[in-house]
Amino acid sequence: MKKIQTPLTKKELESLKSGDEVLISGIIYTMRDAAHAKVSRMIEENKKLPFPLENSIIYYCGPTPAKPGHIIGSCGPTTASRMDKYTPLLLEHGLAGMIGKGGRNSEVKNSIKKHKAVYFSALGGLGAEYAKNVTGSKVIAFEEMGPEAVYELEVKDFYAVVINDPEGNDFYSSESRS
Amino acid sequence: MRIIQPREITDAVAKAVISANHYLPYDMVKTAKAAASSEKNKKSKNFLYKLTENYKTSKKEIFPLCQDTGITVIFLKIGSEIKVEGDIYKAINKGVEKGYAEGYLRKSVTDPFTRENTGTNTPCIIHTEIIKGSRIKMDIMAKGAGAENKSAVKMLIPSDGEEGIVDFVLETVKKAGASACPPFIVGIGVGGNLETAPLLAKKSLLREIGSASPVPAARKLEKKLLYLINKTGIGPMGLGGNTTAFAVFVESLPCHIASLPVAANIQCHSARHKSITI
Repeated sequence: MKKIQTPLTKKELESLKSGDEVLISGIIYTMRDAAHAKVSRMIEENKKLPFPLENSIIYYCGPTPAKPGHIIGSCGPTTASRMDKYTPLLLEHGLAGMIGKGGRNSEVKNSIKKHKAVYFSALGGLGAEYAKNVTGSKVIAFEEMGPEAVYELEVKDFYAVVINDPEGNDFYSSESRS
Repeated sequence: MRIIQPREITDAVAKAVISANHYLPYDMVKTAKAAASSEKNKKSKNFLYKLTENYKTSKKEIFPLCQDTGITVIFLKIGSEIKVEGDIYKAINKGVEKGYAEGYLRKSVTDPFTRENTGTNTPCIIHTEIIKGSRIKMDIMAKGAGAENKSAVKMLIPSDGEEGIVDFVLETVKKAGASACPPFIVGIGVGGNLETAPLLAKKSLLREIGSASPVPAARKLEKKLLYLINKTGIGPMGLGGNTTAFAVFVESLPCHIASLPVAANIQCHSARHKSITI
């Protein structure tokens, strides 16, 4: 299994192929529907973003609250296609990778190819298991939005599968799913 | 007449929502384990093993099964010989609020226009029935949105027949794909009207995996659909393989001579529900 580290380097990105299983370590940022709407507005208004988009990975996730003595609660992926509307803009501004679940629309797939980015699927419904891969967690923006706030997560060996690679291949439409 | 205090209801509901979010019903665990050993696709097999590990981790009550701890859906049955000393709906909602706070569960209920989170995971959704006797029964579901968003209802017409139902269900399952967290339980409601077909579909999700409908036509359809869904090749989390659904349940009601309503409620592999009796 391929191990990759954030922020993603160009070389690392180029080595990723649709269908690859990877273990991600480093910093990733959670964002779901409401945060996407807000960040997109901030980009359009030229405002400073809560974290650097360049070479970063966004994780589509809204964790459960951490129980006392824990870093985080359950934290699996949410459906990626709900963010499709906002994704091309973020990719234009340097976003390198996204982790979610399920397929993307053709506009996003084209944009991933154009900007040499990557979309990974994490395993849905394994929120309790994924919590074990989180070694650090803090809310860095939009705290008032509760589960929709932006969390900076430090992860270690976070399992994901490459769905859309920088060359434009799509795991879900490939014959390689056997 | 049996008198019940609202507090008793609140406490029972609070306990049940915490439990539902940490322990899956045994039929689900058993089915996932069996699938993990029978699935041939390597990635999918690996996923199914991880899924059974996830059940174990959650069971220790460290983390909920899934971060989407759902909107709470309750099938409430009230015995006719019961008097609740207060507002039963308020008592239930208070129980949901208490359970989601004390159990560190995610609050996922929001205003549909302003998108402002209510902060309590309430209001929950309650379907009420009056039954004989002096008990209150509740089937409590934690229904995640990934799968609910991919559920659908369609007003078919009589000439569409069984073929129309099969096409609609397969189309719904294919559209759901990996987004809705397969392997699924697919609940189908046939007949009734625009509001009862989806209600039948949702209610069918409470059935035990492996159970078959007592209605011959529904039983035949369950078998056929399970076979066809598992032939789509979507597989667990869309990774490929033969395990796209664990079960298909078909429930039916008579309908108007001009109609053939059909609803498909997609349930993800984290099929969380808990039954309680007060």
